[in-house]
Amino acid sequence: MAKDELMNYEKALEQFEVVIGLEVHVELNTKTKMFCGCRNEFGDEPNTNVCPICIALPGSLPAVNRRAVESSISIGLALGCEIAPTGRFARKNYFYPDLAKNFQTSQYDEPIAYEGQLEVEVPSGKTFTVLIERAHMEEDAGKLTHVGGNTGRIQGAEYSLVDYNRAGVPLVEIVTKPVYGAGAEAPELAAAYVRSIREIVKALGVSDARMERGNVRCDANVSLRLHGAEKLGTRTETKNVNSLRSIERAVRYEIQRQAAILAKGGTITQETRHWHEDKGATSSGRPKSDADDYRYFPEPDLVPVQPSKELIESLRAALPEQPSVRRKRLQGEWGFSDLEFRDVVNADLLDQIVETVAAGAKPQSARKWWTGELARIANAEEKDAAELAITPAEVAELATLVESGKINDRLAREVLGYVLAGEGSPSSVVAARGLEVVSDDSALLAAIDEALAKQPDVLEKIREGKVQAAGAVIGAVMQAMKGSADAGRVRELILERAAQ
Amino acid sequence: MSELIRKNASELVDLLSSGEVSSVEVTQAHIDRTAAVDSAVHSYLHVSPESALATAAEIDRKRAAGEKLHPLAGLPIAVKDNLTTTDAPTTAGSKILEGWIPQYDATVVRKIREAGMPILGKTNLDEFAMGSSTEFSAYGPSKNPWDLTRIPGGSGGGSSSAVASFQAPIAFGSDTGGSIRFPAAVTGTVGIKPTYGAVSRYGLIALASSLDQVGPVSRNVLDAALLQDLIGGHDPHDSTSLPESLGSMVEAAKRQDVKGLRVGVIKELNGEGFQAGVKARFNESLRLLEAAGAEIVEVSCPSFEYAIAAYYLILPAEASSNLAKFDSVRFGLRKAPDGNPTIERVMAATREAGFGPEVKRRIILGTYALSSGYYDAYYGSAQKVRTLIQRDFAAAFAKADVLASPTAPTTAFKLGEKLEDPLAMYLNDIATIPANLAGIPGISIPNGLADEDGLPVGIQLLAPAREDSRLYQVGAALETMHEEQWGKRMIDFAPELEVR
Amino acid sequence: MSELTPDLVRHLAGLARILVTDEEVNRLTEQLSLIVDSVATVNAAVAGDVPATSHPIPMANVFREDVVEPSLTQAEALSGAPESAEGRFKVAAILDEE
Repeated sequence: MAKDELMNYEKALEQFEVVIGLEVHVELNTKTKMFCGCRNEFGDEPNTNVCPICIALPGSLPAVNRRAVESSISIGLALGCEIAPTGRFARKNYFYPDLAKNFQTSQYDEPIAYEGQLEVEVPSGKTFTVLIERAHMEEDAGKLTHVGGNTGRIQGAEYSLVDYNRAGVPLVEIVTKPVYGAGAEAPELAAAYVRSIREIVKALGVSDARMERGNVRCDANVSLRLHGAEKLGTRTETKNVNSLRSIERAVRYEIQRQAAILAKGGTITQETRHWHEDKGATSSGRPKSDADDYRYFPEPDLVPVQPSKELIESLRAALPEQPSVRRKRLQGEWGFSDLEFRDVVNADLLDQIVETVAAGAKPQSARKWWTGELARIANAEEKDAAELAITPAEVAELATLVESGKINDRLAREVLGYVLAGEGSPSSVVAARGLEVVSDDSALLAAIDEALAKQPDVLEKIREGKVQAAGAVIGAVMQAMKGSADAGRVRELILERAAQ
Repeated sequence: MSELIRKNASELVDLLSSGEVSSVEVTQAHIDRTAAVDSAVHSYLHVSPESALATAAEIDRKRAAGEKLHPLAGLPIAVKDNLTTTDAPTTAGSKILEGWIPQYDATVVRKIREAGMPILGKTNLDEFAMGSSTEFSAYGPSKNPWDLTRIPGGSGGGSSSAVASFQAPIAFGSDTGGSIRFPAAVTGTVGIKPTYGAVSRYGLIALASSLDQVGPVSRNVLDAALLQDLIGGHDPHDSTSLPESLGSMVEAAKRQDVKGLRVGVIKELNGEGFQAGVKARFNESLRLLEAAGAEIVEVSCPSFEYAIAAYYLILPAEASSNLAKFDSVRFGLRKAPDGNPTIERVMAATREAGFGPEVKRRIILGTYALSSGYYDAYYGSAQKVRTLIQRDFAAAFAKADVLASPTAPTTAFKLGEKLEDPLAMYLNDIATIPANLAGIPGISIPNGLADEDGLPVGIQLLAPAREDSRLYQVGAALETMHEEQWGKRMIDFAPELEVR
Repeated sequence: MSELTPDLVRHLAGLARILVTDEEVNRLTEQLSLIVDSVATVNAAVAGDVPATSHPIPMANVFREDVVEPSLTQAEALSGAPESAEGRFKVAAILDEE
């Protein structure tokens, strides 16, 4: 892959206006697939959650999952969309080995939901209105594994293997209208938009919404045009950008790449591009061409979906609060300052803190853990804090252990390391490794006496009023106790000895 | 030959239930007949004597033990080879599926198994049911038992010839544009296309999903009614199957009353292009009906002029998508391409080798009809013609309770006669196609022999959607009048086949 | 007159993933042109404002409840495959991506 030339970001924005468009696929967490009764499960043995429909055996026919339709309507309503009086399934025809029928059952000109909008706040505190064009139902494809050649890549593979367990898993694709005017904040807006979608589908309970598992996937369209130009520039579509930070980086990269080409008088090829997290770059994929003639037509094996007013209203009544409303409420409940709260949102830690508080932690200590130590570790490992191998309940447990004085901050960080390494919950790590703070005064006194014996003048100094002299003894005691002592208690005991 | 094989299915049912004959005797008689004549007729692509006899013996044992059995228990049946069967290869007449043993039974196959009907074998058809003569079967054509140099009709010529040559008392057909009714007309048998959705399509290898319908092929109207009563009804696996019951066809067939019935003669289907003998027999039957108290009225369906054109756009369009699943990945043929064996090339080489010329023609025609820039003119317009045809039927059924026409313009043509002229072949279906486009039921019953060639002629009756029972009532009445007039069944005029 | 040309037929065969020789392309162009000219009459029939019919019997809202039904076993699923390995369907390498 030839290294792309990039234009300085600020310079690119001086010259060009950025227009983005986002397509987000949300995988629904129904028990069964979109068109058959096979389990909608992640990570089972290959080709065990398949039936004649999933592997497109001749003669098989689809049957629509009612819950998937209701979930799709709920998503549409949460995005402020109109719900179609008649929604229709359509076949999108193209050949690919992960697509058993060689057509995808999707929706075309009659999607279940259309014309919505979402208020999205970016890190600067500014709010943008993103217009939603449509949300439609479709099915996922199977999973290809490329074998031989240069390890798992499609290029140079000797052959490929297909697992259809994921084939037919229900998806809702949410498509925005072109988003104008975000300027330098376009990358942040893209990420913040996907974060909002994730919050919504999670709050609705219709998706597990875990990006690392592909429950929420984003394709980002980017085009540039000269400021003041009317005609939209040629866009590229960067596929499957699967974390919030990648979305931000990929959009930024495309802006800089396209600007460099346009500034030199070049033209942008309309194509799909792939994001490489490791290289921090996109690469050219398949050009859009005549071959993208999907020959959509109404799916003759399925009948239209005509949701009743009653159904729509009952789903509307069950909608959770809007993300912006929810945020205001949470900030009030937790008593966070604007700055503290924005840090939490921008670090994408809202749900973690909600769950940590629900598990019994104080809001401030939940915030400190997630935006402090955990964020630091995640950053070092180049992942989202949510992806760390610790649950909010475990973080709450850790916080409670500290608050109760059972362990101190230093020990807590040590415990955290073991929890992340998979040794179990904080309490079990503390028990197994004997990391509890020593609160037995006799053990502490023995250590203090031993230390005082080596520094006999300390007690005298304290009695003379030089209390800070205790510090040297505290340090020696802590060292002797390998950190598992409560320094405050050690200090108290030393002062008591001096008073005797 | 055993007299058992000449009996109508309804007679065999009585003999079986009274214990006068055993299912093994009936089944063996048909197996023997096939051994004697099928090398000449070629009705079957696959015969299953062992499993048929095993089912028969099981039913005989249960009957002897006094178990309650389905009325059709023990009656053997032939199954068109585009219905999936787990114990016999299912090819749909195509090389691309040679040797495929399906992993599931079609719903109608499951129902006959549950009723205890032995399956004699799988009958021949034009490849994927695309044709009117069985000449497009990849395994060679079936012959018309009335004249072995002529076609038995298509696509279901295997089932019609099996029933007409006493190799099976009853059979399954499928009708997309006349594939049950045209073969019935040219072989002197009865064929019914039920209302779209009256019988499940699950496990029917799809040709055109919005036109396909499974139905009975028999020598007698009551026989067909027995089978439709068994296989009809809602199937959760087929979303287009009707939710409601259409009542008892057997009762309707026994009612046989035409007094006061208004029979509409479709002006557009009784003129130009219709063979003299076909017209003569048709007009005689109208007089019989009139004599029995029916009122004959003329109706006009001007849009039928466009029916064939619409049909040959909708069918190829849907078929091009339905047949995309034959890609060498999960079942069926795989052909290594010349040169670099990429998956794309393997798929293309497999489809080139596995599909016959008519299938390729229609797939490419259908791809064209759906492709961008042509969709509106072709597929879109054809779907509108469908609306016009439904309106014509609605107007006609306001004046008449049933409509009547010759089933086909001519008697059976010679093998090879129309092979090089697809358009001439398509014209055979002029009278049968409108019912598929509108989803309404149609029956073809024997209507005498044409004077000029002594070959069978059929009369078609059509009823409004869901009014299948009218066809059984009027068809059985006309059949009785004919048999009284002729002194025997029409099939009894058929020449004796040379027995090997 | 039909707009079918050999190039269009070749393109359509590509979309339909059917390998065609030049000779076949020519034959198909000739045969399909006749058919297309004949079926193109549908255009004339629907000059007015006519709705399209995609389902012959109008129905709506046919759903399956979200209840797990038995799947095939892996062996059953793979039983018809020309080639399989490691519990998966085996296919030739795919070259037209990335």
